[in-house]
Order: sequence, then C-alpha cells, then structure tokens
Amino acid sequence: MSVRAARLILALSAAHLWVEPAAAGEIPLHERRSGYEFMSRETRAMQDDDAGNPGTLWLLDGEALWKRKAGAADRACSDCHGDARESMKAVAARYPAFDPALGRPVNLEQRINACRTRRQKAPALAYESKDLLALTAYVARQSRGLPINITIDARTRPFLEAGRAAFLRRQGQLNLACAQCHDDHWSGKLAGSPITQAHPTGYPLYRLEWQGLGSLERRLRGCLTGLRAESYPYGAPELVDLELYLMWRANGMKIETPAVRP
Amino acid sequence: MARAVVTLPAQAKRGEIIEIKTLAAHAMETGFRRTQLGELIPRDIIRRFTCTYNGVEVYRVDLHPAVAANPLIAFTTTATETGTLSFQWVGDNGYSVTEIASIRVE
Amino acid sequence: MTTRREFLVLAAASFAAATAARAQLDPNLAAKRKAAFEEALGKVAGGARVRAGRVKLQLPPLIDNGNSVPLSVAVESPMTAADHVKAIHVFTEKNPLPDVVSVHLGPRAGRAGISTRVRLADTQTVVAIAELSDGTFWSDSAEVVVTLSACLEEGLI
Repeated sequence: MSVRAARLILALSAAHLWVEPAAAGEIPLHERRSGYEFMSRETRAMQDDDAGNPGTLWLLDGEALWKRKAGAADRACSDCHGDARESMKAVAARYPAFDPALGRPVNLEQRINACRTRRQKAPALAYESKDLLALTAYVARQSRGLPINITIDARTRPFLEAGRAAFLRRQGQLNLACAQCHDDHWSGKLAGSPITQAHPTGYPLYRLEWQGLGSLERRLRGCLTGLRAESYPYGAPELVDLELYLMWRANGMKIETPAVRP
Repeated sequence: MARAVVTLPAQAKRGEIIEIKTLAAHAMETGFRRTQLGELIPRDIIRRFTCTYNGVEVYRVDLHPAVAANPLIAFTTTATETGTLSFQWVGDNGYSVTEIASIRVE
Repeated sequence: MTTRREFLVLAAASFAAATAARAQLDPNLAAKRKAAFEEALGKVAGGARVRAGRVKLQLPPLIDNGNSVPLSVAVESPMTAADHVKAIHVFTEKNPLPDVVSVHLGPRAGRAGISTRVRLADTQTVVAIAELSDGTFWSDSAEVVVTLSACLEEGLI
C-alpha cells in the first residue's frame, strides 16, 4: 500500500464523519421508509385525522393523567413539568436514554415510572396498562413531526451493540434474524402482508390487529413469539437494548405517535 | 377518562350541512371469541348511537358485533338553529355515555 | 403439578373446546351463513323489490386487516320532507351474523349516509340497502378481499 493511501485511510478513520459506523445491511438514511408508507390509503387516512384516529381517546386520557395529582408527594406531572406541549417537546425523540441511577438506558415507559416512584412517590404503573399507555402516548405525541434523535456515547454504546447483535442474531424455532426480513426483504410480503423496515416511529400506536393502543415492547414480544423464540418480560433489558438499537436505526425519521398500523 | 370524542364545527350558517365525527372508547366484544380454555367471551357491545339537536333526534344508528372496536361514526346534519347537540351511546352491561357540544348558527 | 381437580377442569374445558371447534368446522357453515344473509336482506324490504342504484357503498377492495375496515354509504336523495332516505342497512354475506349497522335518519341529516369501520370475517360481499320515504328500496354491493380475518382469529398478546 502506498504512503498516500495509508495516510488517507488514517485520516478517514480519525475523522469519524458520522457518529456510529453503519454495519453492512443497515438501511441508509435516504432509503428509510416508515411503516406508514406500506399501508393502504384508508389506514393512512385513519392515522392522519385526529378526529378519527382511535389513539386520540388515549391522548385525552393522558392529558387528564398529566394534570392529576398522585402519590404521597401529591404532585401532578404538570406541577413540575408545566405544559407538556412545551416541556415534553422532542423528549420522546431521544428515548431510550441513559439513566445514571440505573447505569443503563431506559425507555419512555420506564422513565415515566421512574418519575412516578421517585418524584410523585406513587406506585409504578403496570406495563401495558391503560394509564401507562395513555401517559406515554401523550408525552410521545409532543414529539410528533420531530426527527428521532438518538445520540450514542461511551455509556450507551455497549447497549446499542447488544441491541444490534440481537437484531442480527438468528433465533427461535424458525431460526430467523430480524435483519433477514427487515433489512434484507422489506417491501416483500409475508402471508399477504407487506414486510416493513420495522422503524418504531409511531409508538405507542393503535394496531388494528390488537384493536387497541399498544407499546413497542408489546410488538417486539409478538414478533419474538412469531419466530417461536422465547419472548422477554416487559421491561427486560434485552427488550430495551433492542428498542435503543431500533430507534437509533431510525434516526432522522419523524415521530408519528399515535400512529395506526395493521 | 375519555369515553368518547366528538368533532364538529363550533359555528355554521343556517341551512349549512355540517360534518360530525364521533369516536367511542369500547372494545365491542363480539361474543364469538374464546379464552385459552375454550370458554366463550360474552358479547359486550354498543347497541345504539343517537344524536339529538335541541332535543330532537336527528340521527340514530343500531350497532351489531360487526362494528369495529372503538367505533367511528361519521355523519352529517343540517345546522338549523343555535343550540346543543347531544350524542349518546348505549350498550350492554349498562354502558351509557353522553357527550354534549354547542353550536352557534347564524 | 396439576391437581386432580385442575386436570378434570382442563379435560372438561378441552372437550367443550373441541365441540366448539367442531361446530366451526361444520361443513354447512357457509351455507347457513348465506341463508341468514338472504333472510336478513328479505326482512328489510318485506317482500318489496330492491333495486340496484342510488346507493354508493364504498369499501377498500383489499384491506390491511379485517378487524377494522373503513366503510361508507352515501345515498342520492334531495332529503326533503317529501323525498328522503328513512333508513340505511348494511349486511355481510359470510360474517357469523349478517347485520352490521342500521341507520335511521330523516330530512335533517342533509345528506343520507354514514362512515364507520367494520369487521369482516372473510373475503366476501357486503350489501347496503336504503329505504326511501316513498316506500321504495335501493341497494349497492361491494366485494372485499380479506386476508387477516376478524371475529374468529385470536391476536397475540
């Protein structure tokens, strides 16, 4: 190798032109497409119209919960955070985020529960409960239209790598890796349904299959069960690592909460 | 807790046809689903939706299990006079929800 | 470890489930549902002739999920006291029950119609019948392809 070539390679490696190098197979930014684009025109219309989007029912509940005093501290979210439309802007776009108290990233649901237990001195809300879904949807809605913005540093890098490894690993009785469908075969079909790129841009979302609002973890548990793999319990570190990776993989895409999906 | 959402204009011209969109929070359990042990989950649905305009019924829908969960009902009515539109959903197991909206008609 | 009591309950339940499952495998199921559908259509008009026309039933031809299919009906009518739509009925051919919705309205509606979302159990025909104030009946039908069916499939939690 010539000296010139070696110097060029050295310069490029040192430059860190992007935060994290994309692995082979990861979808480049200009090719990232939301699940929204794989749906029929009618389902898109259902998402776009707040008056007809069933997620609105949960948003209204979330707004009421935001203002309700709770716990031994007798505090409402609004007592500290004021108007969510201002204070929660762009928050969901950077979750999962590192929690120094736990020494690992947490998702938005866990962050809300941390506030409930530590600040409101109230019991944590159960995963997938109506209240937790409503609050999470309400907070995430304040990021609607904003780009996903996960930044990785030395603290979160190991968790990102764990999530990426899980995404690339073959698992379950079907011995399939997430990447095989969602990186390699998106835009194909599985039993008549389009395979999307699996970007979590709109969670919590109203899924027609569930006939209700549900979290990203509910969807991931469903995917794992579909692979006939052992699913993880809600809040498991394996799930949060995967959420971190999926959100990072969707960086730059706009938040759509509350989305509607088939 | 939000049991229903109603969207319609706050004001309209006399004689104008206005669009009304309603959403109700309800699982609309069909009565055909079974538990893991094979037991039938009993039917539990909204049976009737009624819209009254200053006390006069202007629109009524009878619903059956084939209506999807969290039902949307969108329809039109003529803005005849200023007043109150009342929307009522009634169903199994004593389910009853009422939402009220005001309209100003010029 | 399953106690004897638990075992007996499970055995009884699985027998019941098997019976129920067998009911769904009834080879006459499709025929029975079609008969119920025809009967429901007949009852609406009460023997009067139902003509095709004036009614526009809109459904997406291929849907994302049978649990929630957007459906709208619009009926051509001046909606005056003398000439208006009194009722709109929607039926399905292959659902466990043929009735979907019945709308009761009058001239104050301005336009005769409804938009809602319905469950469809299978690829099938959907029919909308409008009852006019002059006693006549008009209808429209639409074919829908359903790949993920409602009513009879369990979702994963």
